[in-house]
Amino acid sequence: MSTQSSRFAARMMVAPSVALLLIWMIVPLAMTLYYSFRLYRLLSPDRTGWVGFTNYRWFLNSPDFWLAMFNTLALVGGVLIITVVLGMLIALLIDQPVKGQGLLRILVIAPFFVMPPVAASIWENLFMHPQNGLFAAVSRSFGAQPILFLENYPMLSVIGIVSWEWLPFATLILLTALQSLSSEQLEAAEMDGASAFSRFRYIILPHATRAITVVILIQTIFLLGIFGEIFTTTQGGPGSASTTLPYMIFKQAIAAKDIGRAAAGGIIAVILANIVAYFLMRGIGRHLDA
Amino acid sequence: MARAVTPRRKLITTLAAWTVALIIFFPVLWMILTSFKTEASAVANPPEFFSADWTLANYAEVWARSDYPRFFWNSVVISVGSTLLGLLVAVPSAWAMAFVPGRKTKDLLMWMLSTKMMPAVAVMIPLYLLFQRLGLIDTKFGLVIALMLMNLPIIIWMLYTYFKEIPGEILEASRMDGASLWGEIVHVLTPMALPGIASTMLLNIILAWNEAFWTIVLTTTKAAPLSAFIASFSAPQGLFYAKLSAASAMAIMPILILGWFSQKQLVRGLTFGAVK
Repeated sequence: MSTQSSRFAARMMVAPSVALLLIWMIVPLAMTLYYSFRLYRLLSPDRTGWVGFTNYRWFLNSPDFWLAMFNTLALVGGVLIITVVLGMLIALLIDQPVKGQGLLRILVIAPFFVMPPVAASIWENLFMHPQNGLFAAVSRSFGAQPILFLENYPMLSVIGIVSWEWLPFATLILLTALQSLSSEQLEAAEMDGASAFSRFRYIILPHATRAITVVILIQTIFLLGIFGEIFTTTQGGPGSASTTLPYMIFKQAIAAKDIGRAAAGGIIAVILANIVAYFLMRGIGRHLDA
Repeated sequence: MARAVTPRRKLITTLAAWTVALIIFFPVLWMILTSFKTEASAVANPPEFFSADWTLANYAEVWARSDYPRFFWNSVVISVGSTLLGLLVAVPSAWAMAFVPGRKTKDLLMWMLSTKMMPAVAVMIPLYLLFQRLGLIDTKFGLVIALMLMNLPIIIWMLYTYFKEIPGEILEASRMDGASLWGEIVHVLTPMALPGIASTMLLNIILAWNEAFWTIVLTTTKAAPLSAFIASFSAPQGLFYAKLSAASAMAIMPILILGWFSQKQLVRGLTFGAVK
């Protein structure tokens, strides 16, 4: 029951945030679009001009591009699969009657509060370092050669680090969903002779669908822009082995100082993000009551 | 789920759950342990768990050499400032969308969230140039603005889901009494919404504290917060593990403690109202 005047007031209250977000989105995007059609190299500032789609052509023809696309999707997909599957298993485990559940939750959520540069540096130095890392010590104690994680398996290592950072989020959201499931339903199913698997498949999983959706939506938003973890550990290498789309853009802008090409990459990344967003939002709309 | 279980089963699940939790927590624990070791002990082979030479010297040295208080203060100002400013903009918006929803409200919310999908790196150069033009590079004010805008969609979403749960009848009643929309907000809604606002605030302080892209791109020295300070700690190549760990611990400890105290509210807010 809203009157004409309260509708107007409501519009006025929404307006500032819409205006701010529009500016925050459109101004940099317009500038990026402009630069993407320009020759703009910081090392030769006097040579400028319109170059059409040259920057885009360079970016799309670069041997790194498809690798970077693949790495970006592998990072998002890999972390999503690992965190949702492991998160579900851990949530199912913690949801059992266990001693000290409160303290357990505190331990499990800790990685979520660790800032990305610290998380990356813990894993790089204290664990994956080939001489002084804990993993190397474990390998040696078995008489094996230390594994060169960041050199030989850079992308898998990054996926591992990022998964560790996001596992708590997935676990706790899924745990919250499990805890709201009525136990009578499960007990009834158990009495009727439903196996543990079919109880999971037909009762628990449908109940957790919305929670899984939230995990996927929120994580994708943050995972598409992952940068700090790669910057701290592999710098996109060795070679371009762990270069993602954001990191490839960063390299063009900072190392090659070619703003035009970086901008073209930026526009490509925005298009990719929009494609992902479109599919996500369509899938999400059904599960979130907005 | 309160089901009758045998003591044996409870023991097994307890052991399994604790093992998993300790594995997840172990990297943080190992970093904290390393921060109290001497440098030699930190890289000892085989690793020393309990027999290390314990010391506080790393903390003293990081403190003495790095101007930690300034980075800490910058982190506090930037994360709290951007959160408060964000709430100022977001509370009325979320309020209006929750209680005077229009046909387009749902689309608007989705659009807001989708702005967060734009990779930061893609707009790094224009934003840097813009900030430079406006004289905002390496200022706390500039970072407050940037992080406020970055987290605004999340703030609005969280508030919206909390506000949605406030029963509409209470509003109807206050409207009958002739309260204006503004009066409604101040006298009726705010008291009821305070828990939701508080947990939104906490989550955003944490997100802003841990933000490590714009803080690095947009600062050099004066306004650099702890995330930039840690990133500038160049790769130690096995030389300064203990000091690196001490600095890391000092960077994450304030937010780790805050997060532990508020984890229940945080998790609830993060579900965006989709999980009860």
